Amino acid sequence: MPAPLLTLTDVRKSFGGVRALAGVDLELHRGSITALLGENGAGKSTLVKILSGVHQPDAGTIHLDGAPARMPTPVTARDLGIGVVHQECLVFDHLSVAENLFINAHPARRGLVDWRTLQARASTVLRELGADFGPGTQVAALGIAQKHVVQVARALVNESRLLILDEPTASLSRRECAELFRIARQLRDRGCALLFITHRFEEIFELADRYAVFRDGASVGAGALAQASREELIRLMVGRPVEQLFPKQDSTPGEALLEVERLGRAGEFADVSFTLRRGEILGIYGLVGAGRSELAQVLFGTERPDAGRVRAQGDIALVPEDRQGQGSILPFSIAANIALPNLAALAPRGWIRAREENELARHWMQKLSIKAQEPAQPVHSLSGGNQQKVVLAKWLARKPGVLILDEPTKGIDVGAKAAVHAVTSEFAAAGHGVILISSELPEVIAMSDRVLVMRRGRLRGEFTRAAATSEALLRAASDA
Amino acid sequence: MTIAPYRRWSESARRDLNLALLTLALFVAVAARFPVFASPRNVAGLLDDTALLIMLALGQMLVILVRGIDLSMAANLALCGMLAALFNRAYPAAGVAPVLALTLVAGGLLGAFNGVLVWKLRLPPIVVTLGTLSIYRGAIYLLSRGAWVNENEMSRDFVGFTRAPFAGLSTLTWIALLCAVAAMFAMRHARIARNLYAAGGNPEAAAYSGIDPGRMQFIAYVVAGAIAGLAGYLWVSRFAVAYTDIALGFELQVIAACLIGGVVIAGGAGSALGVLLGCLFLGIIRNSLPLVGISAFWQMFINGVVIVVAVLLSARQRRHARSILEAR
Amino acid sequence: MNLAVFRRWESMLALVLVLEFVLFSALSPYFLDVDTLSDATFNFTERALVALPLALLIIAGEIDISVAGVIALASVAMGLAAGQGAGTATLAILGCGTGLAAGCINGLLVTVGRVPSIVATIGTMTLFRGAAYAVLGDRVLKNYPDSFALFGQGYLAGPVSIELALFVLLAVLYGMFLHGTRWGRAVFAIGANPVATRFSGIAVDRYRFALFALTGLASGLAAVLLTSRLGSTRPSIAQGWELEIISMVILGGVSVWGGKGSILGVVLAALVFGLITFGLGLMNIPGIVMSIFTGALLILVVAVPALVRRR
Repeated sequence: MPAPLLTLTDVRKSFGGVRALAGVDLELHRGSITALLGENGAGKSTLVKILSGVHQPDAGTIHLDGAPARMPTPVTARDLGIGVVHQECLVFDHLSVAENLFINAHPARRGLVDWRTLQARASTVLRELGADFGPGTQVAALGIAQKHVVQVARALVNESRLLILDEPTASLSRRECAELFRIARQLRDRGCALLFITHRFEEIFELADRYAVFRDGASVGAGALAQASREELIRLMVGRPVEQLFPKQDSTPGEALLEVERLGRAGEFADVSFTLRRGEILGIYGLVGAGRSELAQVLFGTERPDAGRVRAQGDIALVPEDRQGQGSILPFSIAANIALPNLAALAPRGWIRAREENELARHWMQKLSIKAQEPAQPVHSLSGGNQQKVVLAKWLARKPGVLILDEPTKGIDVGAKAAVHAVTSEFAAAGHGVILISSELPEVIAMSDRVLVMRRGRLRGEFTRAAATSEALLRAASDA
Repeated sequence: MTIAPYRRWSESARRDLNLALLTLALFVAVAARFPVFASPRNVAGLLDDTALLIMLALGQMLVILVRGIDLSMAANLALCGMLAALFNRAYPAAGVAPVLALTLVAGGLLGAFNGVLVWKLRLPPIVVTLGTLSIYRGAIYLLSRGAWVNENEMSRDFVGFTRAPFAGLSTLTWIALLCAVAAMFAMRHARIARNLYAAGGNPEAAAYSGIDPGRMQFIAYVVAGAIAGLAGYLWVSRFAVAYTDIALGFELQVIAACLIGGVVIAGGAGSALGVLLGCLFLGIIRNSLPLVGISAFWQMFINGVVIVVAVLLSARQRRHARSILEAR
Repeated sequence: MNLAVFRRWESMLALVLVLEFVLFSALSPYFLDVDTLSDATFNFTERALVALPLALLIIAGEIDISVAGVIALASVAMGLAAGQGAGTATLAILGCGTGLAAGCINGLLVTVGRVPSIVATIGTMTLFRGAAYAVLGDRVLKNYPDSFALFGQGYLAGPVSIELALFVLLAVLYGMFLHGTRWGRAVFAIGANPVATRFSGIAVDRYRFALFALTGLASGLAAVLLTSRLGSTRPSIAQGWELEIISMVILGGVSVWGGKGSILGVVLAALVFGLITFGLGLMNIPGIVMSIFTGALLILVVAVPALVRRR
């Protein structure tokens, strides 16, 4: 095998007293796609930030093309040929696609932008990538997948030799993923080295040819994917054999808890009817953007329906998709977060008593084994998994009749995932109802008593537990 | 009626066109009822009255583009105006050129003070400029000991500079129009202006592209400050008086003109043409009041109505729902 | 240097307050006198009454720049009614009612109109003050009944003015509301993360509206007190007060980014502010110079923590 394009040796990085990278090694090769795996907090994002010049390593060496490399700023990283497709879409919405590709590097004469050259070069790059939009389009008008393509095009313009794809598929549909993968392969075939970060195993085996695994800030394995199995990769990531991931308890659905009739909201979804029974976990599968979260918000009551009606027994609780933006108040303590939806019960006459608030928090911290020192600890200091447990706790504390979970295990580690599943299952078995919205097929199939499939704002199929196979659900969910 | 190319235009170009039509309609409506309104002399007067607003609003636009706001602009103007008047009183023979240089530099420095606090300490712009607004106003009092500088204490060329007519318009008007044309060209074609848009539109992405959003804010404040400083001299020259309270509250008219002109308060979007039109819109209203027979005391109230309506409309425009639902 | 002192904002304000006392009593023999100090309270009570609800509003992540405009509008409304022979009670109710109505307009613009509060209230500030000018022009209204002077010039007991008593009472109520009740907790939550608060089942927009209405009501009350104290209404009444009131709130340690602040801090800031104004007055320093101090203080208040963070 030829010498690698990029070699990292024993790279370390700490923030304050917290060790993010405890010595990682990594080799990336030209014309090859390396998948980087690791649970949340394993150090993947720190690595991306070091490679893109945002953070500086405390120790260790980085060699690019055999020579030692330093990236003190994002611009030096870019000039060295390192491009990044950011998960959160770092693009300029108000500007045109063409200008996005050349920002701060506009072809210019005496400080004045040469629009003609800029336009022409942008067209060329977009044509090469086979993009389905032109250089003059305003980026605000593009979808997320197209914005990712803009970022790839920007890397091309900068003549990147190394392209980092940082969880680009998290919010893409199947078809959009396929399009992105086509472009990734195209870059690989041109001799570019790619680093691909994702949580989805299917994608790893579909796209990558090599892998590297991080655990707790250290590299624990690397090699060719052809010689690795899925189980082996999971074992490397978790550091222990995987236990039962989906501990679904058996239950027999009882009387109707929630009846939804021809529910609709303009531009979002229409004609949604279903019944949720006691003890039932009802899965709603669909691609991101199918209208599932919008449906959840109408059921929960943060948005109003335009048509149809909802009859529910007991409260409806929603664990929303974005746990940091929607689920929790990061600077607030665990206790204050858990208390927030329960204030009326905690303080019937208005006065909040700190002791009761803390007791409630302690109870749920123990019950969901939330790893934290005390209820007064702010939620932003917790790991993603524990944050999600806090969000779950604040709603379970309210004793709702129906619990809606919107992508409850997105981006959290395997241990926390199992805990969330166990609690969900227990909650349903106790005679409540659960609606589980998820894009993760194994999760939906293993957890649900019944699965509804949603596509483009409408229900496209209903499957019993026995009939809910990956193929059937996928077929119903994709544009046929 | 929708004309085909109109639909393909960018949102901002469409907004500019709408505002242009509205401003024109307003002008025509007033002129139809009072033909004297469209007389060259009246139009020249209208432009002269609006010139300072145009200059300041262009500066304010830069600051708002990068997610800032400059409440201290009018105070900066007043302070530099007083500086100019005092300098002229001390050196009446020095002529106008040193006064122009002095106010540009002094205004730029006052703007730079805002900019440094926003850039280096990351202080909230509204708090910083609220503070400097008070400081700059107080400084005028200290500088002048509360006294006025009147026309008889000013040299003839100091006062005459803004008023000298050229091709039917005053020098002041020409300066403002020059600023507007330069801004329209620069905002589209200068690389640094494009970086300004980028930094305001998405600071994080800008930082990744090697643009320091804080530095861009600093630059915007310096330019806005320099414009305010220059406008300070022009103001004092035009009205031939300098005292502590000149242009009191003018910053709000300036911001109003920007909002009417379609500058987005959240940053990243706005055009020099829109701002120019916003200023003209306000100017036409102001100049038509006496004709229509409404007391000048109504001016502020009408401005208030215009601002509230403008922001309500622009808030409504932003609410375009994306469609998920597939039509059957 | 112990940095914890800076982190505890209220203790620093208390220290400044003590320093002011020491400084002014050393500079002026008249300062430490009960009647003098009682007079001094008029320098801040009206503004501080508005600062209290405005603090809540800023903690909730909004801002209201129109407060001084509301005071002018309410004062003009009272002046016109007084000209028609309205009685003292009617005037007080009218003043507060006008303030409340103006606050509701702000609230509607922000919650229903979805206009950012800074823009909305820059608009209504111009609108309200403009209405005062439009109605009054260069006239002065001063036909207030004699008994109307009670609010701004009356004393409850000894040196304790009605204004001061009202301020103390309201400060205690606001403090208990903000720091002790679930509604106060919701205000903090909204400021820290409005989306997550809505997703916790709290009617965020209802709170926002109520806070704007409350701020308007307080501005109306301030208008009653101020007009009563001055005995006249000009359209320029309370000119520039919005800056002073906002400065008071921020000086009190309320975060302009929302989610943080305390009523104790705002009260201390009001005292610091009032004493400076009064002390400088004792030394015959004009008000406009005072604005330099206000401005510098405002910037220092936000700059010091930023400098400490940078280290």
